[in-house]
Amino acid sequence: MSDLETFRAETRAWLEANCPPEMREPARGEEDIFWGGRNATFQSEAQKAWFEACVAKGYTVPAWPKEYGGAGLNAAEAKVLREEMNRISARPPLSSFGIWMLGPALLHFGTEGQKKRFLSEIARGEIRWCQGYSEPGSGSDLVSMQTFGEDRGDHWVVNGQKIWTSYADKCDWIFCLVRTDKGNKYQGITFMLFDMRTPGVTTKPIKLISGNSPFCETFFDNVAVPKSYGEDVPGFVGEINRGWDVAKYLLGHEREMISGAGGGDRTAGIGAAMLRHAGEIDPLLRAELALFDVDALAYTAMGEKFLDEIKVGKAHPAQPNMMKYVGTELNKRRHELMMSAGGSRSLEWDSEETRGGKPARDWLRTKANSIEGGTSEVMLNVISKRILDLPGA
Amino acid sequence: MALYHNDDQAMLAETASQFMAEEGSIGKQLRHWRDRECKDGFGHALWKQMAEMGFTGILVGEEDGGMGMGHVEAGIVLEEIGRNLTPSPFLTSAVLAATALKHGSADLKGRYLPGLLSGDSVFAVAIDEGAKHRPERIRTRAEKSGNGFRLSGQKDFVIHGASADMLVVAARTSGSDDDADGITLFAVPRDAAGMSHDAVRLVDSSMATHTRFDSVELDGDAVIGEVDGGREVLGAVLMAGRIGAAAEGVGVASGAMDMTVDYLKQRKQFGKLIGEFQALQHRAAHLYSEVEIARAITIKAAQLLDGGSERADLMTSVAKAKVSKAASLAVKEGVQMHGGIGMTDEYDVGLYMKRDRALQEFLGDLYYHADRVAKLSGY
Repeated sequence: MSDLETFRAETRAWLEANCPPEMREPARGEEDIFWGGRNATFQSEAQKAWFEACVAKGYTVPAWPKEYGGAGLNAAEAKVLREEMNRISARPPLSSFGIWMLGPALLHFGTEGQKKRFLSEIARGEIRWCQGYSEPGSGSDLVSMQTFGEDRGDHWVVNGQKIWTSYADKCDWIFCLVRTDKGNKYQGITFMLFDMRTPGVTTKPIKLISGNSPFCETFFDNVAVPKSYGEDVPGFVGEINRGWDVAKYLLGHEREMISGAGGGDRTAGIGAAMLRHAGEIDPLLRAELALFDVDALAYTAMGEKFLDEIKVGKAHPAQPNMMKYVGTELNKRRHELMMSAGGSRSLEWDSEETRGGKPARDWLRTKANSIEGGTSEVMLNVISKRILDLPGA
Repeated sequence: MALYHNDDQAMLAETASQFMAEEGSIGKQLRHWRDRECKDGFGHALWKQMAEMGFTGILVGEEDGGMGMGHVEAGIVLEEIGRNLTPSPFLTSAVLAATALKHGSADLKGRYLPGLLSGDSVFAVAIDEGAKHRPERIRTRAEKSGNGFRLSGQKDFVIHGASADMLVVAARTSGSDDDADGITLFAVPRDAAGMSHDAVRLVDSSMATHTRFDSVELDGDAVIGEVDGGREVLGAVLMAGRIGAAAEGVGVASGAMDMTVDYLKQRKQFGKLIGEFQALQHRAAHLYSEVEIARAITIKAAQLLDGGSERADLMTSVAKAKVSKAASLAVKEGVQMHGGIGMTDEYDVGLYMKRDRALQEFLGDLYYHADRVAKLSGY
């Protein structure tokens, strides 16, 4: 047996022993997802047991090094773990912007001290992070942001406002883009880290068309952000005034993440489900579903090709923009079709059958896919400039 | 298997790319033969050259003197054929007929494969009976007669039918028109008595025939595979042809897109390069995305086919459908973005539109394959 086959057998046995049956079905709704943090509460004993088993094994962040709370798996092993978890439909034990976004940035740009402290906290689900990027007026044109940090020697005094801060009202710390040099558009931004309990930080949830409030407005009123949290633990990532490099790196990760959200073969197959449930499909809807499946299955192959090419450095650096553009547009289309397939039932806003209006709320939520993390229009700009090398601006 | 070319495939791609760009270029081949109203629609000299390069034997087993390669490799050659709009019998002979002959007797292989490998022979495949691809229904009949069969009926839009030394014909040996069973494939030599070809030139300057079989007498050894059991062989032939047509379509789409993007960088209007206009940039970027995705699913399907995966049939239809969408977008945007010059015969972009239209219909269009995707997905 090869090492990888041994690993697969061990993983399968470990999952069998440690993943409770309740954690082997999809989350029923937003409140069913475990995000960790100082105020975290578990929805069930099963959720707690599954989370704790994963923390002990390093499986909340399997590919991170062991000294930072991960399991130190290589790419092939991480893939095996993913496949084995998918096989039993195991839920992610912990969802976190720390894992998806800050973690990769710290692994790439962080000091040893930052990695030891912050990565370990993230891996153990102790600190829940939010992302302070967008501002009113600075959405897709992110670099025009105005939130300003005035240099006071050992700290900055930060004033300004962020918007679309995901779960800011529930988060413990923020990774935040702050302008520290007004004279330089790109090289005048610092990537700061600070506690949301710092005096002067307030948040206000924004209610969305889905009825949910996953986003907040976040206000900074004379917030003192230390330049250091101890030896080798700076209060910022990368260099002062060079936070745009970190932000750009992170946006690449975010785009990959969003584009992956609706991917996989699971995007296909609405038609088969509808036929099972309703017994018939309107011929024109069937045609739309078939044309959608063509696009979705082809996009799945593109996703595979993209990952294969990343591994060997063949992918164009702007390729994530294409994946994001197509993936999010497809996901919107998928939810439109699911609404049609569900008919009037999918209109129900709070019934038990719809698990609290999940189809309608999810459908409305997808409309943000092609806005957040850079709009589809911005993605098309990037493709035309950086891949097709078209002239202008 | 990774979804990009390995070193050997990358080398083949480079060789094929260089060869088609030099020897198979639009000026040297498509326009040359078209302007002479060539009755074959392609040049036999180039076909011989393709044989010398080893291309014609890509799908022929090594034991039969071929290269013993797969559909990924055939696709590499076809993408370059598509990019240069090179007219040749590669798809019909080296892909479709070669796949059929894999299921043929040693006798049949011995009779036909040497001609394919040397580029002396051209083959056609006669499946369709009518203007739309519908291989589920076969009306052409072959009745037992002595030691062999007597073939009667008509096949339509047989590509290269009049130039072919041999036609692979799908006929019904039992059952009724729509039955899955009762199909038999035959290798019908060009000189068989009772065969007549009504040749038509198509929009892309290729030649097709309406071929009539009027009590054509065939020996028993003309049968490819099993009598009445031809559906499986036909399925293999169709899959090979469809993934091949998809690969050629990717080349057609890329060729049209590259021309168009270049043009956006050169053409000025209102004192600006038209590529500076965001309306055109976004359409070009969308087109790029569609073509890249079409290329990805085409490689994926070819790999599945080469690996004998049970998902190959579904993914081949996904590929044919996706390429149809992407290539049709590429040629339409190509002509539109070129403006008036795109409507002239002198300029090449319109030729891509014509070839794409013909490829769309060949072995099933977008709607045919999207319908198959639905059926194979259970609805």
